[in-house]
Amino acid sequence: MSVAIDSGPSDRLVARDIHVRRGNRCILQAVDLSVAPGRLLALVGPNGAGKSSLLNVLAGLLVPSRGHVTLDDRPLDQWSPTALARRRAMLSQQVHLDFAFSTNEVVMLGRSPHPPNNSAVMGDQGIVEAALRAARAWELRGRNYLDLSGGEQQRVQLARVLAQVWEQHDEPSWVLLDEPEAGLDIAHQHFVLEHARTLTRQGYGVITVLHDLNLAARYADDVALLAQGRLLHHGSPAYALDPHTLSTVYGLPLRRITLDDDEWILVPSRSQDKGAATERVRRYLSRI
Amino acid sequence: MNSIALPRSHARSRRTLTLGGLVALLTVTVLWSLCCGAMDLSVREVIGALGRWLSGQMAHSDDLVVLMLRLPRVLLAMLVGAALACGGTAMQGLFRNPLADPGLVGVSAGAALGAVTMIVLRGALGLAQSAITGSLAITVTAFAGGLLATALVYVLGRRRQGVATLLLAGVAINAIAMAGIGLLTFLANENQLRDLTFWSLGSLGGTDWWRLAMVAPPIVFALVLLPRSARALNALLLGDAQARLLGFRPERLQPMLVALVALAVSAAVSVSGVIGFIGLVVPHLLRLAWGPDHRILLPASALGGAMLLTVADTLARTIVAPAELPIGVLTALLGGPFFLWLMLRTRMGEVRV
Repeated sequence: MSVAIDSGPSDRLVARDIHVRRGNRCILQAVDLSVAPGRLLALVGPNGAGKSSLLNVLAGLLVPSRGHVTLDDRPLDQWSPTALARRRAMLSQQVHLDFAFSTNEVVMLGRSPHPPNNSAVMGDQGIVEAALRAARAWELRGRNYLDLSGGEQQRVQLARVLAQVWEQHDEPSWVLLDEPEAGLDIAHQHFVLEHARTLTRQGYGVITVLHDLNLAARYADDVALLAQGRLLHHGSPAYALDPHTLSTVYGLPLRRITLDDDEWILVPSRSQDKGAATERVRRYLSRI
Repeated sequence: MNSIALPRSHARSRRTLTLGGLVALLTVTVLWSLCCGAMDLSVREVIGALGRWLSGQMAHSDDLVVLMLRLPRVLLAMLVGAALACGGTAMQGLFRNPLADPGLVGVSAGAALGAVTMIVLRGALGLAQSAITGSLAITVTAFAGGLLATALVYVLGRRRQGVATLLLAGVAINAIAMAGIGLLTFLANENQLRDLTFWSLGSLGGTDWWRLAMVAPPIVFALVLLPRSARALNALLLGDAQARLLGFRPERLQPMLVALVALAVSAAVSVSGVIGFIGLVVPHLLRLAWGPDHRILLPASALGGAMLLTVADTLARTIVAPAELPIGVLTALLGGPFFLWLMLRTRMGEVRV
């Protein structure tokens, strides 16, 4: 019974009391977050809430001004960059690449942290091909990266990220995604999140920033709602995506509509007074 | 495009084939260059001279032309060409900009300022005026000037993260060095002006084993170490953040690469004067042929640069013989139109720093 919970605290990705300041601005304030592998966590919140910053902190890319992140109970700054790179990969929002690599070469860059003759069962080339398939970019193989559209480039970058942590060894690996749905058509948006779920079933921990609340509701195991650098809610989608809180946080009245198959979606209400909502936001935020 | 998915072994054999082909081409170029000159020699004579030298046999009378005059000069051309091209490749990778060249971090301008300072002020400083020690002193100050300017650019440029600041600091230091050169040019007398012009046009004239031995160690050192960062440079093309996520340390790589490039290029410029466009053209041509993978690109550009400068220097010393054309003029003549073509071909949006 306790098997599911009892993976132990050691293989968790834990953020403790994270503060990030940039100049006088507080980007993140006192964020505590403990994430278990094998689950899909969605970070949601309005623009400027600190979602990407939190993801960067969790990846070890951004050093918080206070607090720290641990993986396997070890602070990230005590990990060697290569060892960390073999355990977690991250897809950033925008990756600029101005050189005419082929798509396969771009994905092969994901294998950089692994020694040239690493012990991967499939071999690096096999992994590159498998990652291209997994990211639904197989038909783009061998193309010049610069000839691709934005969405196609995004899929190739996703394949690169997947290739980086393709084979897990003793410990679970982590995949962090910053708005992976951005720039993708509706089919590819769902493919990406479907694949993220597949990863969690293989034991990966997946943390993704999502703007689309309905994607979060549908695919995430857990949702963390951020606003103004604070973590407001962390829990099941039904709990964290409470329409009342969301309406105040986003300043847009939102309501849930339950669909026939017990799913629900969030849509803006039509006839609410927007001024009243804005006032509610103001009062709400002054309290937190 | 031209690169389709290749199994691993194919990728590796492609690399061997590419580099092997370039080595063969370079060998042919070197032999051809050794044959050319005021006294025409056949390939057989050249190979004979090299063979007798290497096996320690008695030298024939013409051997001296090959061994004492042409060989050190050809070797120097190879080293300088390799340093400029390989340095250019590393800079383009580091700055993620195909239009970058080693001069961007102030190496060339700093070296030029060092050389010009020595040319103009050595009389005032009461230093020896003899030709040999004079040219030696110029080499030393040029080398020091190149390293110093780069160090300055680096110290100023690293105050903020990212390569853009480094680039801006490079622009500023370049401008200041140019102003210094301008001022010294204004102060120079007739004789000094001639030396100065000659130096700034670039030349490998008067090369002997001594000069070669002086600049070979730093250049060879850098050429051996630069390709070891090939994988890191590939990752850096995705940006500093992505490189860090892939387990590299851009904050360590950046100073190391800048130092190696400064070492190689300062040494090259100090002995040859300013030779433009090699560092820009060679990496570009090779990238068009084999793609941007630095594992091939770095060694290939060293070989390609060696070849191109050997050809250019051979032309420089033969087409208007017995006079010599400044080699910098030749390479600029070749590189200028190429640069323009590149500029017009590259859409502005594609070039980001």
